[in-house]
Amino acid sequence: MLRYLLHKLALIIPTVFGISLAAFAFVRLLPGDPIMALAGERGVSPERYAELVERFGYNRPYVIQYLEYIGRVLTGDFGISIATKRPVLGEFQALFPATLELATIALIIAVLIGIPAGIFAAVKRGSWFDQATMGVALTGYSMPIFWWGLLLIIFFSGYLGWTPVSGRIGLQYFFKPTTGFMLIDSLISGKSGAFRSAASHLVLPAIVLATIPLAVIARQTRSAMLEVLGEDYVRTARAKGLAPRRVIGLHAFRNALIPVATTIGLQVGTLMAGAILTETIFSWPGIGKWMIDAIAKRDYVVVQSGLLIIALIVMAVNLIVDVLYAVINPRIRVQ
Amino acid sequence: MKKKLTFAAALLAASVLGGMANAKQLVYCSEASPAGFDPSPWSGGNDFDASSRTIYSRLVEFEHGKTTIAPGLAESWTVSDDGLEYTFKLRPGVKFQTTDYFTPTRDLNADDVIFSFERQWKKESPWFSYLEGTGWEYFTGMGFPDLLKEIVKVDDLTVKFVLNKPEVAFLPDLGMDFASIVSKEYADQLDKAGTRQQFTQKPIGTGPFQFVDYQVDAVVRYAAWDGYYGGRQKIDDLIFAITTDPAVRAQKLKAGECDIMSYPAPADIAGLQADPNLKVDEQEGLNIGYMAYNTTLPPFDKVEVRKALNMAVNKQAILDAVYQGAGQAAINPIPPTMWSYNKDIKDDPYDPDAAKKMLADAGVKDLSMKIWAMPVSRPYNPNAQRVAELIQADYAKIGVKAEIVSYEWTEYRERGKQKDRDGAFQLGWTGDNGDPDNFLFLLGCDAIGQSNYAIWCNQEFEALLQKGKATTDVAERTKIYEEAQVVFKREAPWLTIAHSKVFMPMNKKVSGFVMDPLGIHRFDGVDVTE
Repeated sequence: MLRYLLHKLALIIPTVFGISLAAFAFVRLLPGDPIMALAGERGVSPERYAELVERFGYNRPYVIQYLEYIGRVLTGDFGISIATKRPVLGEFQALFPATLELATIALIIAVLIGIPAGIFAAVKRGSWFDQATMGVALTGYSMPIFWWGLLLIIFFSGYLGWTPVSGRIGLQYFFKPTTGFMLIDSLISGKSGAFRSAASHLVLPAIVLATIPLAVIARQTRSAMLEVLGEDYVRTARAKGLAPRRVIGLHAFRNALIPVATTIGLQVGTLMAGAILTETIFSWPGIGKWMIDAIAKRDYVVVQSGLLIIALIVMAVNLIVDVLYAVINPRIRVQ
Repeated sequence: MKKKLTFAAALLAASVLGGMANAKQLVYCSEASPAGFDPSPWSGGNDFDASSRTIYSRLVEFEHGKTTIAPGLAESWTVSDDGLEYTFKLRPGVKFQTTDYFTPTRDLNADDVIFSFERQWKKESPWFSYLEGTGWEYFTGMGFPDLLKEIVKVDDLTVKFVLNKPEVAFLPDLGMDFASIVSKEYADQLDKAGTRQQFTQKPIGTGPFQFVDYQVDAVVRYAAWDGYYGGRQKIDDLIFAITTDPAVRAQKLKAGECDIMSYPAPADIAGLQADPNLKVDEQEGLNIGYMAYNTTLPPFDKVEVRKALNMAVNKQAILDAVYQGAGQAAINPIPPTMWSYNKDIKDDPYDPDAAKKMLADAGVKDLSMKIWAMPVSRPYNPNAQRVAELIQADYAKIGVKAEIVSYEWTEYRERGKQKDRDGAFQLGWTGDNGDPDNFLFLLGCDAIGQSNYAIWCNQEFEALLQKGKATTDVAERTKIYEEAQVVFKREAPWLTIAHSKVFMPMNKKVSGFVMDPLGIHRFDGVDVTE
């Protein structure tokens, strides 16, 4: 097991360097630069431009800039945002809990609905339920998040008035964040109605963010189940006269779970990507919205460091999933 | 049952107590997160709304809803005959805000004024570079480093600005956001504590509201400042709910989650106007959307060609399709709401036949050119791509083939400045300080390579521009600028497209909000009825 873990870790190091290089290069490949972006329509004189380029060090060779950046990152210094002049790590720490909270709830929704839907669709293969579920899943998968989010806002918040339009909690609740997770902080605050307000603010963004992972999980569960349901041991279990629920729940589903678990692990990346748009629509103060703003402002430091931190987190989660996977399925350790 | 009753009683008590503690609150759905709360390093309108216009005051202020200036922290001033010395008498007894992180021991004085400018000007000041890479863009952009010779403390309440050259827009410049007055005493306190960064995170000013809290990218909270020299505000709490998407802002306003919002999407305006709980204020924007020819490249170096192309464009069609009635055709490079606007100038008529003939007379045949379309929506031009398509169709009618090009926003502007740029380049401008020079400078010879996208250096226009800058008498300046507009129209370096309207939707319970021609969102004087 330790060897397996070390092997996985050894793979992560070059990946991290690759990502840091890609993030560094990506933001510089974009047309424009932070100085022009900050100057806006007013523009900036060529002399002033040269002075600022010099001050930020953007006139030095890329290799030197990259090595300096990596050197600082290795000491834990992710730099200071060009636009806001605040430390990147500090901004990340302030905003990440919001994204994590949203992504966690979205993942829970996706798993709780996606897996049973997939199982039922597989068991009732070809039925109207199967076709409807897979149809909805395909629609969910292909729906543009921005449009979907706005549609839900207009209907549930605007027309029905059931949920708040955007934000994390009602503005009447004002307390200093303790954990950064609004559901927990609102409980700790002891203010009546705060938790309810925080929960109701989570509903729509969580549904929107959960849509794609839910569709993927449902489809994956269905196909994994179909594969397993055709296996001999399932037929044997049925032949033994076991109750159908027991055959599906115990024999089939447990074996179908392995690819499903992998899929769920991979959804972390999808959730991070989906968070970018979801947070923008729902004014959710997380790292997705932060990255979008940084890209628009060509904030090199935030984009390169932010992408790196996000990648590190996604890789860490995937590592954990790999380890869990090995725990579930001992054969993998040997391979 | 008993349990239920106890719960109900507790609920009632809580709501009564809550009701008693209910402060008068105004929620503004703003469009973007402020970069910080120091009013001087940043240049975004949303930065100014969140810092300079709420927390700070200036020596002079723009009159609410106008572009004329009025006394602010300076209750009076004198200007020397040569226009080089401005002496300001400060208002006595102006208090800086008292918060849990700063308690002032003295009132505003000349040291604060000097500090506010020198930190942006003197490189040796430790505050010049307290934020990494700060360029003090507005201070530099308005030419202050070259303009200022010295700032002298005459006495505690008198401060004198000595200039290197006369600058008629100096007073309006001092009403701009970057010229907000900050507390030197607070800066000294942070210096001692070694926490200079806090200057932009926990601000202290003399304005109508004091800073309470900022949850990054989500909410900014302010409270009315009891000691404000202009009197305490009627609302107790001012909240900025940061909501980047305009459609979501509109939904929040409809749902009552905010009381007032900025920049509605043109498509949402009719729906907001129809809502019985809302009202939508509107105002002519202090802006211009234009298309600049590259006047250095043939055939656009010929006035007749530029005029012919201008006459080929059906502006009314653009106003109907793109501005959707929220704009008016632009004739001059400055908007009609600005003083010195020349009303006698007539626009080039829409006349494709005449345009075609003029092109033929100028010896231009089979002209193909580029039309540049901005990739972003701006108040002065909500959809440059659509404008380009309409112009393209108009040009086709006179036999001119146009290709539409667009690039990413910063790249777009960068390419637009290049001396060999082909064709006509769409852009626009929104005024900073209400002075005509703040628009006309866009066409000055010095602005080539920066904001003069027509690459147009006309000696007659330039002489008038310089003369206007050196003249203090408003009547005389008006004449100079009227003449400059005549030269502009005759030479046609731009196709002047439109001046757009700006809308401000709000709940009907909001009163006293005055729309500002400079695009500032000010909440002093605003009230809400419960």
